[in-house]
Amino acid sequence: MTTLQSRAEVATLSRARRRRPARQGWVYAAPTAVFVVIFFVIPIGIVARMSVSDWGLFAGYRGINAPKNFTDVLDDRLFWPAVGFTVKYTLVTTVILLALALGLALLVQESNRWTGFLRTSFLVPSALGLASASLLFYALYSPQSSPFGEVSFLGTPSSALWSTVALIVWRYSGFYMLLLLVGLQGIPGDVYEAARLDGAGRFQTFWHVTVPLIRSSLALCTILCVTGSLLAFDQFYILTKGGPDNSTITIVQLIYNMAFQGQNNLGRAAALSILVLLGLLVLNIAQFRGLRGKEES
Amino acid sequence: MLRTPKFVVTGGLALLFLFPLAWASIASVSPQAGTKQVHGWGFGNYTTLAHYQAGIGQYLLNSAAVSLMTVLFTLAVSLLGGYAFATFTFPGKNLLFLVTLAILMVPYATLLIPLYVLLNQLGLQNSLVGLSLVLTMFQLPFATFLMRISFEAVPKDLAESAQVDGCGSFRTLRHILVPAVKPGLITVGLFAFLAAWNDFITPLVLISDSAKLPLPLAVANMRQQVMGIVDYGATEAGVVVLALPCIVLFLALQRHYVRGFMSGALKG
Repeated sequence: MTTLQSRAEVATLSRARRRRPARQGWVYAAPTAVFVVIFFVIPIGIVARMSVSDWGLFAGYRGINAPKNFTDVLDDRLFWPAVGFTVKYTLVTTVILLALALGLALLVQESNRWTGFLRTSFLVPSALGLASASLLFYALYSPQSSPFGEVSFLGTPSSALWSTVALIVWRYSGFYMLLLLVGLQGIPGDVYEAARLDGAGRFQTFWHVTVPLIRSSLALCTILCVTGSLLAFDQFYILTKGGPDNSTITIVQLIYNMAFQGQNNLGRAAALSILVLLGLLVLNIAQFRGLRGKEES
Repeated sequence: MLRTPKFVVTGGLALLFLFPLAWASIASVSPQAGTKQVHGWGFGNYTTLAHYQAGIGQYLLNSAAVSLMTVLFTLAVSLLGGYAFATFTFPGKNLLFLVTLAILMVPYATLLIPLYVLLNQLGLQNSLVGLSLVLTMFQLPFATFLMRISFEAVPKDLAESAQVDGCGSFRTLRHILVPAVKPGLITVGLFAFLAAWNDFITPLVLISDSAKLPLPLAVANMRQQVMGIVDYGATEAGVVVLALPCIVLFLALQRHYVRGFMSGALKG
C-alpha cells in the first residue's frame, strides 16, 4: 500500500500542482475492468479449460480428457479441407480487394464534385452489414430471382468461391479505398513534382514514389484483410452453407458446426478455436515484423 | 477531349457499385412468381415480411433494443474509461489498457463458445441484455482507444482551470470535457450502432428463442420457410429494411465519418 501511495505521489508531483489520486482513476476505469474481466478474461480461461475437457453442449463438463479434443480436431475429415479452403479464399480475396481498392483510391484522389460522388458510391456498400449484403447477393445469385437469368453462381465449388469473393469485393473495397486514401493524402505534392522533373513516367512514379510512401497504409489494410478473411463466416453461412459438397467450409464454420450443429461437442470446438487463436497470433506477429522490417530497409 | 472516356469509365464503375442496392429495392416491389407480389407492382413482399412468425415489428424492436443498449453501454464505459486512461495515473493502468486492446486479437468464435456457457450460468441466456453486454465488449477496444485519444487531444488548461475554479473531477468531466470530446462520442456511437444492428454470428450462437431474434437472423431464417421453397421477394424486402437505416445514417454522417479517418487518428 505504501509503495502504491508513494508511486502515486511521485506521479502527482511530476504533474505539478494537480492532485490525481490513484483511487479516482480506478473508479473511472472500473466499468472497463469489470467488462474486460467478466466477458473477456474469464471466457478465455473457460475456453482453455474446455479444450482439455469432455464438454458436451447439453451434458456440460464431464471430466478432463486431454489431449483427445486436439487429436480429434486434427483427425476430423473436414479439418484439412477447411484449412486449405480458408487459406485459398484469404489469398484470393486479399490480392483482388487490395488491388482494386488501390485503383479506386487513385481514381478519387483529387477532391472535386465528381470524385465526391464516386467516393460516396464506392463507400455506400460498406454501410451495409455483412449479413445483409450476403442476403442481397443470395437473392441476386438465385436462378429464380436473378436479373442474370439461369447462370449458376453457386453450383460448383469454384463458382461458389468466386461469387463469394465478388460479394466481399463489393462490400469492402470502398472501406479499404478510404484507408489507402488516408495514406495517399499524406504524400506532399512536391514529391510528385520532383519525380516529374526527374523525367519519371506515370508507372515509374506510381511504383517508386507512391507505393513506398503509402506502405504503412498498405500494411494496415493487408493485416485487416488477411485476419478478416481467415475468420470468414457470415458470407458462407448465408450464401453456400458450406456447399456444394462441403467445398466452401471455412474454419470458423467448422467451429460453429462442431459446437452447435450435429456434433454438439463444445470441447472439440474449443480445441479448434484455441488452435485458430494461436495460428492468428503467430501470423500477426510475423506480418507485423515482416512489414515493419521492410519499412526500415 | 481526353476527359470524356475517364468520365464514362468511372461513372460506369460507380453504377456497378450502386447496382445491387438499386436492384434489391426495385425487385422487392416488382412482380415475381413464387412471392406474394405476383401481379403488378406493390408492397406484397413487405406484407409477407410483416407477418412472418412473430412479425417484423417484434424483430425490429429486438434489433432496436439491442442496438440502443449496446450504444449506451459502449458510450458510458468508454467515456469513463477513456477519461481514466487519458488523465489519471493508477496502478495497473497500462495492463488494463493492453488487455482491452487484446480483445481485437481474439476471434469472435473463440469467445462465443465460452460466453454461451458463461451467460447460462449468469442467467442471461437467450436475453437481449446479455447479447448487448457481449456486443459492448467487442466494441471496447476501438471505443476505449478512440475516447482515450479524444481526451488526450483536449488542451490540458481547460480541465485545469475548471479544477482551479473548484470543480471536482466528475463535474469537470460532465461540464467541460464531454462537450470537448463530442466528435469522438459520435463516432463511437455510430460504430457501436452499426456493429450491433448488423451482427450475425453473436445472436446466432447466443439467442435460440425465435421470438427474440434480431432482424438479420430473422430474415436469414425466413428463407428456409415453407417446405424449403425460398421466398426471394420477402428476402429482398428484408434486405431493404435492414439496409435502409444503415444507409441513411451513413449518408447523414458521411462527412463526419470520412473526416474521422482523414484526421489521422488511424495513421501510423
